[in-house]
Amino acid sequence: MLDHYLPVLIFLLVALLVGVIPLWLGSNLGPKRPDSEKLSPYECGFEAFEDARVKFDVRYYLVAILFILFDLEIAFLFPWAVVFDAIGMTGFVAMMIFLAILVVGFIYEWKKGALEWE
Amino acid sequence: MVFAHLTSTPWWPALWSLLKIVFVLVPLLAAVAYLTLAERKVIGYMQIRLGPNRVGFRGLLQPIADALKLLFKEVVIPTNANRFLFLTAPVLAFVPAMLVWAAVPFGPDVAIANMNAGLLYVLAVAGLGVYGIIVAGWASNSKYAFLGAMRAAAQLVAYEIAMGFALVGVLMVAQSLNLSKIVEAQAGGGFWSWYWLPLFPFFLVYFISGVAETNRAPFDVAEGESEIVAGFHVEYSGMGFALFFLAEYANMIFVSILTSVLFLGGWYPPLAIAPFTWVPGIVWLLLKTAFLLYVFLWIRATFPRYRYDQIMRLGWKVFIPVTIAWIVVIGIALETPLRSLLR
Repeated sequence: MLDHYLPVLIFLLVALLVGVIPLWLGSNLGPKRPDSEKLSPYECGFEAFEDARVKFDVRYYLVAILFILFDLEIAFLFPWAVVFDAIGMTGFVAMMIFLAILVVGFIYEWKKGALEWE
Repeated sequence: MVFAHLTSTPWWPALWSLLKIVFVLVPLLAAVAYLTLAERKVIGYMQIRLGPNRVGFRGLLQPIADALKLLFKEVVIPTNANRFLFLTAPVLAFVPAMLVWAAVPFGPDVAIANMNAGLLYVLAVAGLGVYGIIVAGWASNSKYAFLGAMRAAAQLVAYEIAMGFALVGVLMVAQSLNLSKIVEAQAGGGFWSWYWLPLFPFFLVYFISGVAETNRAPFDVAEGESEIVAGFHVEYSGMGFALFFLAEYANMIFVSILTSVLFLGGWYPPLAIAPFTWVPGIVWLLLKTAFLLYVFLWIRATFPRYRYDQIMRLGWKVFIPVTIAWIVVIGIALETPLRSLLR
């Protein structure tokens, strides 16, 4: 069972090497002629006028929270779907009730405008 | 025999995996290189241009020239950037894009790791790709990069949900997380027994979400060059940029091959009769993948870019309700005599 994952571990090491080596090569083979203009953040030719870590729209947080809810739901649905035949009608009805509760929440979000981007 | 001796050593499983990894990784990187050329050629012809045709015969050496050029470019690290994170981000984006290939079945039980939880593994590892983008946008300390990263993160998570729901539908019918078994569940005649037909809404949602997940046009607001220059990788040059590029194209190929595996019958021929069954399964799998990759390019050459609010609306208000509804439909169908149509 676990030996299925040995190749994944080896693959992880190989992929890290394949990722890091070109980066290392590139920074050694390429020229290094830095100047203050080149190293300043790009802002279409203007001088960067403040730090880029500014306040951003709260809706990104909202989307992230909604994502956690729905991703958890998918985490519940995955095992349910794999054993769908074995659990029969009872399992189906139970999941439909769960889904219905979630859909109510989803409709509430929708009506509240959490999904609006204008 | 040297070979027999080799296979009996305790190192053999590791060595064998390493060989398989090389056999996947090298063609994959070559495919990525030539996909960039194919993209420029296909879009060129669609716009009645020739595309690159100067380097080598008909431009066939163009990807190699590009790679060499990127290798010899300066790696610029902006003064305000967080140095360590700035250099980690491209690797963080690249590694998951490679790692997902461990689960891809190229034939019956032919995979780097033929995992029982293959689909779960794919979903988990593919989800890690977003870290590379967020870290890149944050570490660059540039306004465009930051905006691009925020957009990309919100877009990726929205479409990941739709993608997850589409996969639940496949699991309900296939009854296995093993990708090889999912393909085998689609056997039985021809193209009409593949999952694209009974699970048509999932097929569409999965593929379109795949386009959105790889930040491809028309969902490329995260790097939309005409509004935020290049988005999250605006500060990257040379090999740092190349790694993001490789990751994006490897992900495109991955989405195409996974769509072929899940919905288009993997290595099965479209008709199980004589001339089609002579062709090896891997050829069918790669043909289906190539077709879907062509669709990626076709979409890019055809559709104008979506606005950001339209992208979010499509993800949250169209795809998620559609997939939830179709899960219910498939569930009901499986509990009634209609199940004979699905299994």
